[in-house]
Amino acid sequence: MRRAMRLTKFHGVGVVSLLATVACNGSKSAANGDGKTSDIKTVELLNVSYDPTRELYVELDDAFAKQYRDTKHVTVTIKQSHGGSGKQARSVIDGLEADVVSLGLAGDIDAIADSGLLAKDWQTRLPEHSTPYTSTIVFLVRKGNPKAVKDWGDLVKDDVKVIASNPKTSGGARWAYLGAWGHGKKTSGSDEGAKAFVKQLYQHVPVLDSGARGSTTTFVERGQGDVLLSWENEAYLAQDQAKDQGFEIVVPPRSILAEPPVAVVDRVVAKHGTAEVSKAFLEFLYTEPAQEIIAKNHYRPRSKTVKSDLPELELFSIDDLGGWGVVQKTHFADGGVFDAIYTK
Amino acid sequence: MKRAVGETPWVRRSLIAIAVGFFVLFMVVPLGVVFAIAVRDGIAPYLAAITTPDAKSAIKLTLLVAGIAVPLNIGFGIAAAWSLARFKFPGRRALLTLIDIPFAVSPVVVGMMFILLFGAHGYLHSSHKIVFAVPGIVLATTFVTIPFVARALIPALEARGPEQELAALTLGASPWQTFWRVTLPGLRWPLAYGAILSTARAIGEFGAVSVVSGHIRGETNTVPLHIEILYNDFQYQAAFAVATILVVLALATVVLQRVVEWRAERNRV
Amino acid sequence: MARRALPGFGLSLGVTLTYLGLLVVIPLSTIVLKTSSLTWAQFWTVVTAPRAVASFALSLGASLVAAAIASVFGLIVAWVLVRYEFPGRGLIDALVDLPFALPTAVAGIALTATWGSTGVLGRYLHAIGVEGAYSRLGIVIALVFLGVPFVVRTVQPVLVQLDPRLEEAAETLGATRLQAFVRVVLPALRPAIVTGFALAFSRALGEYGSVVFISGNMPGKTEIAPLLVMTKLEQFDYSGATALALVMVISSFAILIAINSFGRRSRKRDLHRKRPPEERPTLPPPATIVRGHV
Repeated sequence: MRRAMRLTKFHGVGVVSLLATVACNGSKSAANGDGKTSDIKTVELLNVSYDPTRELYVELDDAFAKQYRDTKHVTVTIKQSHGGSGKQARSVIDGLEADVVSLGLAGDIDAIADSGLLAKDWQTRLPEHSTPYTSTIVFLVRKGNPKAVKDWGDLVKDDVKVIASNPKTSGGARWAYLGAWGHGKKTSGSDEGAKAFVKQLYQHVPVLDSGARGSTTTFVERGQGDVLLSWENEAYLAQDQAKDQGFEIVVPPRSILAEPPVAVVDRVVAKHGTAEVSKAFLEFLYTEPAQEIIAKNHYRPRSKTVKSDLPELELFSIDDLGGWGVVQKTHFADGGVFDAIYTK
Repeated sequence: MKRAVGETPWVRRSLIAIAVGFFVLFMVVPLGVVFAIAVRDGIAPYLAAITTPDAKSAIKLTLLVAGIAVPLNIGFGIAAAWSLARFKFPGRRALLTLIDIPFAVSPVVVGMMFILLFGAHGYLHSSHKIVFAVPGIVLATTFVTIPFVARALIPALEARGPEQELAALTLGASPWQTFWRVTLPGLRWPLAYGAILSTARAIGEFGAVSVVSGHIRGETNTVPLHIEILYNDFQYQAAFAVATILVVLALATVVLQRVVEWRAERNRV
Repeated sequence: MARRALPGFGLSLGVTLTYLGLLVVIPLSTIVLKTSSLTWAQFWTVVTAPRAVASFALSLGASLVAAAIASVFGLIVAWVLVRYEFPGRGLIDALVDLPFALPTAVAGIALTATWGSTGVLGRYLHAIGVEGAYSRLGIVIALVFLGVPFVVRTVQPVLVQLDPRLEEAAETLGATRLQAFVRVVLPALRPAIVTGFALAFSRALGEYGSVVFISGNMPGKTEIAPLLVMTKLEQFDYSGATALALVMVISSFAILIAINSFGRRSRKRDLHRKRPPEERPTLPPPATIVRGHV
């Protein structure tokens, strides 16, 4: 009997103390953005990013924090969130309070702009369409390239299995799709031919993950497929991570210029009081030290002076296909081309 | 149970073999795989993986969330058990079924509901950070663990009948005295059972939390989400290392349940 | 039962209703509200789209198959645990509950690692051309893993209380062991098996965490319904997502009601049958507690 009483009293104490902890934590995080104490200012930013940039931003965040502390005597902590580009955009629209976003494609940031969280002309506020680094889509193949994959056309050979992610949820997947479309259009000369090629391609895809990282995992760790359609930087990462498996990177002669842009989320930084720091962070990405980190992580730096050891190839851009507005509606919206080629 | 008439030993042995074989293949081997991969690079990386700052904050968050969700649902479970087991009223059956609803809702949908409620474009949107922050995770976890304690207590209370409480009341005990000294002690084991189960569930919840979390590293990732992140970061050994924590917790849960059942049996005799 | 003789009705009912209202009814209503922003025609289009239908069919089909397999093996495991003695019996009995307590994300990565083409068990399947992961088989495997405990835990208590004298009587009257089993034991176990099956089935329907790792997520082939909801969410198609979610919730709920009323009816039936006096358990069988998707 007495034990039961003690039990419930314990529960009561437990609840109260836990609620107190929550309250304390809550008030702490509320004081985040505007934490001003005497001379040492601390600022916290949330960078909502897409899937493959995890390693990149660990370094960039560190470098920026160091530089900002040295020049402005303010301690900046940047928190990161990663996920499929579309998924991240949706979270931000739904209330994930990102000070800056660094997503996989402009279309996703456009969606955030449409919801009123940032200005519609965001892409003109920073150089190079607000994209400090670019990438492209390449092929990751197994040791020795047993299926002899050299170009997009080889992907639809009979015995080739391709691993790609879902264009509906993954930014990288959309670039890959468009890379294939571009190839199909060039070789056949028509949209119909492009559509046929892309349809054929996806019939060779046995596993469709929701994010670029998921596809890489499927290919590398679970041993599925012969070719991985991947962000270029992701391919290098996979190669490094799985050195013993001897993956090879095949760069097709022609691929799409993938431009993953960044932006400040106006409404959020206004609420947090972090506008200045956020802008400084994004501008930092264009500076030489940042561009060197970018090159080191196998992204293509915008800077002409920073050396990149990535191969040259013919790159066509989204504008050649009509821009994201058109492309999103035609291909990836409900009932668009991708849906059509997936309906059996 | 040995019986005079029964199956031939041959049948018996094959059935045992099938049962054990199936069990080992389906249940035991996967768990072994978790441990095997977790320590495939040695013990040091294993320990390192479970003590990174992100891992520690994930563990802290998981414990915090469970520490709120479970007591809340215990309180609810007691109230529900009292009203539904001791009284008859119109709508009682419906209420019983209502308590079961969290079982019928897929976790993705659970997360989605709270975003529809508290998200930036939600029906109850406010400037407080609820979804994509800790409160959202607490809400989602509380939702999915609602039925456990209630469903353990209700049959138990029904089975015991109100005689003891009525006796206590006629002997002059106040309602609260009766509750603390007569009702609750008898419910001690069902309560523990329900609490253990709901704690295990709260710790392991994945789908619903994944939708409302925002995946802010070091802040809004519970242990299951942290495992997913490690998995996606090519850190398979680390992912499985953290997973072993949850496996051990699950095993502890199972053992605790056994203990509780055993004590309950003993008490009844 | 006395409504006035016992105190606390108002308070306890009030707390219960408020809690459920705030935490269950209001959130659930958002699904209905959001879906109602669609016209009936739009709703119908979303719900009958080929991809949606495929995902429903897959979830339904895989759950049925998995529940059936779980029932067969669950029955065998329960029988073996109750009727036989063998080394390790206690251990297995305890471990049966493990899938209840194991987080589904862990189950997901563990099962994928085991049954994938490079996995400890999957490699043998791969050698004969069968894929244990990223396939419908993978989905079924995960769902069986989750469903077996339901069947074992529903059948076990009934089996324990089954009077072996009935079977012995049948056999002394000339029935073979098999006949005795089929005609005496199975009918007595049938309600429990059906309940276990239904529980495993309803659990499997909404399962997300473990399946999403092992399934491959191919639209039209291995995309389960909860994943499709997730995908629609990530495409900003909220009303489409809630439309599908509504269908899922309603069907799961209907199954739940069916299970509950079936359980109630068979319990009433049991009360009319003559049974040796038994202690009324203060703990309900775990199966009735732990349904749920993680």
